Amino acid sequence: MRGVRWGWVLVAAVPTLFIGYFFVYPLVRILSLGLSELDIRSIGVEARLLKVGWFTLWQASVSTVLTLLVAAPMTWAVSNFEFRGRRLATALVTVPFVLPTVVVGTAFVALGWRDSIVAILAAHVFFNVAVVVRTVGTLWGRLDPNLHDAARVLGAGEWRVFRTVTLPLLRPAIAAAASIVFLFTFTSFGVVLILGGFHYATLEVEIYRQAVTLFDVQLAAVLAVVQLVGVTAALYAYSRFQERHTTTWALRTDQDRERPVGVTRLLAIGSVAATLIALAAPLAVLVGRSLGAGSYRGLFDSDRVVGTPIASVANSMVFAIIATLLATTIGLMAAAVITGRRGGLSRWFDLTLMLPLGTSAVTIGFGFIVALGWPVDLRASFVLIPIAHALVAIPFVVRSTVPTLRSIPGDMREAAAVMGASPGRVWREIDLPMVARAALVGAGFAFVISLGEFGATSFIARPNTATVPVMIFRLLSRPGPASFGMAMALSVVLAAVTAGVVMWIDRARVGEIGRF
Amino acid sequence: MLSIEHLGVTLEDKAILHDTTLTVDVEEIVAVLGPSGSGKTTLLRAIAGLVAVESGDVKWDEVSVVDVPVHQRGFGLMFQGFALFPHLDVAGNVGFGLRMAGTPPELVTSEVSAALDWVGLSGFESRGIDDLSGGERQRVALARTLAPRPKLVMLDEPLGSLDRHLRERLVLETRALLTGRKVTGLVVTHDREEATLLSDRLALMREGTIVQTGTLEGILANPVDDWVTEFLA
Repeated sequence: MRGVRWGWVLVAAVPTLFIGYFFVYPLVRILSLGLSELDIRSIGVEARLLKVGWFTLWQASVSTVLTLLVAAPMTWAVSNFEFRGRRLATALVTVPFVLPTVVVGTAFVALGWRDSIVAILAAHVFFNVAVVVRTVGTLWGRLDPNLHDAARVLGAGEWRVFRTVTLPLLRPAIAAAASIVFLFTFTSFGVVLILGGFHYATLEVEIYRQAVTLFDVQLAAVLAVVQLVGVTAALYAYSRFQERHTTTWALRTDQDRERPVGVTRLLAIGSVAATLIALAAPLAVLVGRSLGAGSYRGLFDSDRVVGTPIASVANSMVFAIIATLLATTIGLMAAAVITGRRGGLSRWFDLTLMLPLGTSAVTIGFGFIVALGWPVDLRASFVLIPIAHALVAIPFVVRSTVPTLRSIPGDMREAAAVMGASPGRVWREIDLPMVARAALVGAGFAFVISLGEFGATSFIARPNTATVPVMIFRLLSRPGPASFGMAMALSVVLAAVTAGVVMWIDRARVGEIGRF
Repeated sequence: MLSIEHLGVTLEDKAILHDTTLTVDVEEIVAVLGPSGSGKTTLLRAIAGLVAVESGDVKWDEVSVVDVPVHQRGFGLMFQGFALFPHLDVAGNVGFGLRMAGTPPELVTSEVSAALDWVGLSGFESRGIDDLSGGERQRVALARTLAPRPKLVMLDEPLGSLDRHLRERLVLETRALLTGRKVTGLVVTHDREEATLLSDRLALMREGTIVQTGTLEGILANPVDDWVTEFLA
């Protein structure tokens, strides 16, 4: 216990350098670019900024409120009652949440809802219903029923009980769900880029347009700064609500739900069915339309402009494997530092590693382009793609593994040390086998994230390194029914692979999906 | 021979041990007896190297081991809750120390079955930890501690988490095993009867220091103060 432990230094250094060079440094470059050189008051810029900023805020707020309203009936049903298929329904409602945003966008294009605000809002609701059902439902299902009954005995009607007892008790969960939905929709990129056409742009989309299409890097940087401020505020709100969320009242174990009867039964099952049908519709239409006119066969044909669409599947697989290895290794190292008993360093790490989660993917991709010309010019290298994916995935690996590592009793490690295991050996013999399952779940998340990642990849993918989401976007951007069909076919392929991996995770994991 | 000289340990600004002096001779078993919170467990942890020593010394055969890292001390410690590894089976637990010492796998296998034989659990090799009863866990923990043949065996409340009936049976078995293996041992307990049955000599601990050592009869015949008389009454 004296002297420097070099192994430990290495374990802390790798994640620090990785996050430092690929995340913090580009972010600092964007900040300095955005805050210094541009005169915000110049004509046009200010107006554009106001317009985009206002739209981003507005659509995120409306999307959040709509999501809460749409999710409410199903949340009520699955958390208060027991009925056949309840578990399946909660699993199914999660499907849209894990789909890549490009697939969601394409599904709504398949519905014919392109270029409209309605399409954007609907897609956001579609994507986020699961967040509300899962977050609010978990607490609602565990509220002590005696509270409800006591209020009834005291003379309150059902509606009155809901307003004066249930709703206030659920408020922390609702607030947490709302802030996470707000965060997702505030930083929405793929959905808005595909469904918004030229009329609607969030900050995220505008950063992309300014930087990639119009080459106005400075304006993009200003937008990125505004974006960062918004995201930080939303994350701060979320962490505050989360804290309060954990201080709980009289909770029961999540078991004894009553079986609904009569009208209640009709309402409960009806609201679940209606929600699931509404969520299934866009996907069904997507699958249906993808089947027409040789779309799948077209994926194998070489094209002068976009290349061979199916080749993007191979690209995505390779990138996903590299990203998963990177994210799992670095995430585990970081988790080891966070759970190692070194107070200050561990807390600092915990915070820093969550940052990529809050930063938008577009900002990460944009940062790479702005900053990574030094010391070696990496900007043209394909390795940036899996690195960007790993950055986005690391927080998920950390979040999956830290609770397990924390739960390993300290005397296990001490017993191993007393029996002659060096610190490194203790990690290999005790920590690693015990955290393996959680790490595998984290790796699964990393794989899915990499497969679906679009925001950062759209900046750094070259014609020959297009991933599946990038290829789908390219196909969608090209006029003509053949391209549309191929985009839909490729979306179905991506959705199927993603769903397969997620189902595998769900079987392997212990906790709940969608805790973010 | 273990000698602890004027040992002081401070944890989170609180002096847990101060001026603690104690020796354990080769093949002798000493029981540290004291009320809970008197610093007994911390004493074992300091000897094992799990907590930092602030003052004084811990010596084995007259050589200080204070600067030797935990995993190189070659002492054995049986933890209060046993700390069996849930991801390993009984053989994996018992053979752990041998593997860490680089023992060849065939030898690990035979040594593990020998150790299980000592504690009366022959054939338990492939059992999972979760399938064991409380008494079986205690024996596996004991076998795990003894298997690498450490030069010093420390037992922290070895029967503390078992029910009364089981304790009465296991205390004599444990003593016979320790004596039979010619173990140099340090046992920590808050139970007077257990202490006398398990050891050759008692060391009474109170508020972070050893106040008196000797056999039960010797101490009772000549107690250093009223607290000792009362505590042993």
